[in-house]
Amino acid sequence: MTSMRPVLRASGLCKTFGSGAALVRAVDGVELDVAPGETVAIMGPSGCGKSTLLHLLGGLERPSAGEIDLAGDPVNGISERALAHLRRTAIGFVFQGFYLMDELTAIENVELPGLLAGNSPIAARTRARELLEQVGLADRTGFLPSALSGGQRQRVAIARALINQPMIVLADEPTGNLDSSATVGVLRLFESLHESGQTLVIVTHEQRVAATADRLISMRDGAFVDETRMTGGSRGDLGKLIGLGGE
Amino acid sequence: MQQEVVLALLAKEPSQGYQLRARLDEALGPLGEGLNAGHIYVTLGRLEKTGMVALEEPPQGRTQLADRKIYHLTPAGQERVFQWLSEVSWPRPDLAEFHLKLIAAAQAGLADPVSIVDAQRREMLRRLRDAQRAAMEEPDHSDAALLLEGVVLRLQADLRWLEACERNWIGRRERP
Repeated sequence: MTSMRPVLRASGLCKTFGSGAALVRAVDGVELDVAPGETVAIMGPSGCGKSTLLHLLGGLERPSAGEIDLAGDPVNGISERALAHLRRTAIGFVFQGFYLMDELTAIENVELPGLLAGNSPIAARTRARELLEQVGLADRTGFLPSALSGGQRQRVAIARALINQPMIVLADEPTGNLDSSATVGVLRLFESLHESGQTLVIVTHEQRVAATADRLISMRDGAFVDETRMTGGSRGDLGKLIGLGGE
Repeated sequence: MQQEVVLALLAKEPSQGYQLRARLDEALGPLGEGLNAGHIYVTLGRLEKTGMVALEEPPQGRTQLADRKIYHLTPAGQERVFQWLSEVSWPRPDLAEFHLKLIAAAQAGLADPVSIVDAQRREMLRRLRDAQRAAMEEPDHSDAALLLEGVVLRLQADLRWLEACERNWIGRRERP
C-alpha cells in the first residue's frame, strides 16, 4: 500500500480563524496520505476541527498554510474555476444534512452533477439509474426527497457523490441524522464501495462508522493525536464479552 | 477487587491502609459502599507476602499497630503497576478497574490517563469492527444477528463511556 501513490496527500495543513488573542487554529499541522482504495475515518469530539479539515481536503475552503495534492497534482495554487471543476469531477461529497434539491426527484438529484460535468443527458440518466440500483433504491427513482426516509435520502446523496466516478469520496458525519437501522444501511453501502475499490475519507463521531475504516485517526484541537490500523481481531473473543467461553 | 488496584493506589506515596481506603471511597462514591472494609488490609497482607509492598520501618523502640502500618511499593510492586497500567482490559472490560486505573495513574503521575483511554479505545474499536462485520454477513432475520447486535450495542456503550473519560481527563489536564 505504501508504495502506491496516494490519492490524496496533505502536508503541514493549517486553517486559522480570527487573529491575535482570538486566533483559533481549527486545523493545526495535519499530515495525511490516503492510499488508493483505502477507507480512512477521522474521529474526534465536536469542535476538534474535523469538519474544517474535510472542507480543506475537498477544496471547499482554502487552507491558511500547507499543501494538498490530489492524485499527485497540487491543489493550492489553482484558480477558483479550476478548483470548482475539480470538486465537481474528482471529489464526491456526502454531508450529514444530505443537501438534496427538494424540487428534484431522486434520479434528477443524482444525475445533476453528471450534467454539470458535461455528460450527455442520456449518459447521465443511465449512470444515475445504475447508481440508484446499487444503493438499493431502484424503485424510488421518481420520488421527491420529501417522500423518502432519512436513510433513503442519504443513499441518494451517496449515489449522487458517485456520479462522476470521483477519485475520492469525502463524507462528513454521514449517519449523523440517521437512526440505527438506516445507519446500518449506509454502513453496508460504504463496505460495498470499499470492496469495489473506492477511496473514502469519513469524518465522524459515530463509532460504528469509524469501525468500518481501514485506518482510524483521532483528532483533537486541530491535530492528529492517535492513529490505528484496524486489522481484525479474533471473532471467538467476541463471545467472551457476552459470557460465552473463557474461564 | 484486584490486587493491582491497591498497588496502584499506593504508587502515589507510602500510605496507611485507611488512606488507601479513603482514595478508593473518593473514586467510587456510593459504588464503593458494598466493598468490605477489611478487604484492603487483607490485600495489603497478601501483597506484602509476595514482595510487592513492604512496611516502612517503625519509629525506634515502638511496635506498630496493625492499622497504623505504613506501606510502600517495592521495585517489584512498581514494575507490576507499570505493567497493569499498560494492559488493555479485554475480553470483559471491568469499568471500575479501568476507572481506578486512570485515577491511580494520574495521582501517581505514572502515565497519562488520556493515552490509556486511547489504547483501550483502539482495542474496543477493533472488536466493534469484528462484531459489525460479522453482523453484516448474517442473513436477514438470523438469530445470530440479533445476538451480534447485542455485542455491538455493548461495545458502543463502552466506547461512549470512554469518550466521556477522554473529555473528563483532557479537561483535568487543562485545569489542574
